[in-house]
Amino acid sequence: MKFGVVTFPGSNCDYDAYAAVRHVVGEEVEFLWHKSNDLLGSDVIILPGGFTYGDYLRSGAIAKFSPIMESVIKFANSGGKVIGICNGFQVLTESGLLPGALIRNEHLRFSCKYVHLKVSNNQTVYTSACKQGDVLKIPIAHGEGNYYNFDGDIKTLEDNNQIIFRYCDENGDVNEQSNPNGSINNIAGISNKEGNVLGMMPHPERAVEKILGSTDGLKLFESLQMAFSKTSIGG
Amino acid sequence: MSSKKTVFVRLKEGVLDPQGVTIHKSLKQMGYDDFVSVKSGKFFELEIKADADNIDQMVNEVSEKLLSNPVIENFTVEKN
Repeated sequence: MKFGVVTFPGSNCDYDAYAAVRHVVGEEVEFLWHKSNDLLGSDVIILPGGFTYGDYLRSGAIAKFSPIMESVIKFANSGGKVIGICNGFQVLTESGLLPGALIRNEHLRFSCKYVHLKVSNNQTVYTSACKQGDVLKIPIAHGEGNYYNFDGDIKTLEDNNQIIFRYCDENGDVNEQSNPNGSINNIAGISNKEGNVLGMMPHPERAVEKILGSTDGLKLFESLQMAFSKTSIGG
Repeated sequence: MSSKKTVFVRLKEGVLDPQGVTIHKSLKQMGYDDFVSVKSGKFFELEIKADADNIDQMVNEVSEKLLSNPVIENFTVEKN
C-alpha cells in the first residue's frame, strides 16, 4: 500500500503524516507537490493539516483549484481512498468531495488539545480496526472546525452512517461539554456516501507513538492496512 | 478604461456568525444598547477590462465558484 501526502503552500502537517506512515506504520509514502497532477501511483491520498494559501478567502478555498486537486478529485470520484485531516477536511468540503462546511469555532478561539472521539461507524476502510463505539484519544488543533450543514443534509449523513467520529468525553458520552468547537451533533469526522473519502478535524498522525500521548491514531492506519491486505489476497 | 463590480458575501440566514455576535457583545459593553444584532461579511472589488464580454455572467460565475461558499454564504453584485 502506498500513501501520497500532498504538500500545498502553507501545509504544515505534511511531514507529520509522512513520518507517521513511513516510520511508525511502516508503509511506502511519497510527497505530492501541489503544482503537479501526478499522484505517483498512490493507493491512499492524505490531504494534511495546515493553512493552505494562508487560509485566504476561506480555509481550503484556494487549494481546491491547484493542479494536484484536479487529480485527487478524479481519483476520489473513481473510488480512490482520500483522507483529509484538519485543513485537509476543509479542502475536501470546499472541493465538494464532502458535504457541508467548516466554520469558525463557536468560542472564536484556536483549540489545540487532546479530545476523545467516539467511533460512530466502524464499517469503513478507515475504522474497521475499531469496535463500534470505541473511544479514541486524538488531538485537535484548529480555529475553524465547527462542522455546519443544513438540517436535511445532517439527516442524510445520519441515515447513511456517514458520521464516522463524534466528539465525546472519556467515557464515550457524546455531550455538549465534550464538543470543542460547536459542531452540529458533535461531528468530528464524516465520509462521503461511498465511504472512500474521509474528512476529520482531529489529527490521527499526531497520535501514533506513546511519547506523543496516545497511539489511538494508529487505528486508522491499521484499518487501511487490513482493507488493502484483503484486496491483495483477493487478487 | 475598466469597470468595477463589488461582490458582497454574507452568511446565509441561520448560519452561526460568531464574529458578528462578538462584535455585538462588544458594542453593548461600550454602552451602545440600541443595536439589535450585528452580522459580519466581506466584500470584493473587482476591476474588469472594459472590453470584457459577458461581465455579469463572469462575475456571477466567479462569485459562485470562488468568492462565496454556497453551503454557508449568499452573494450580491453591485455595479460601481
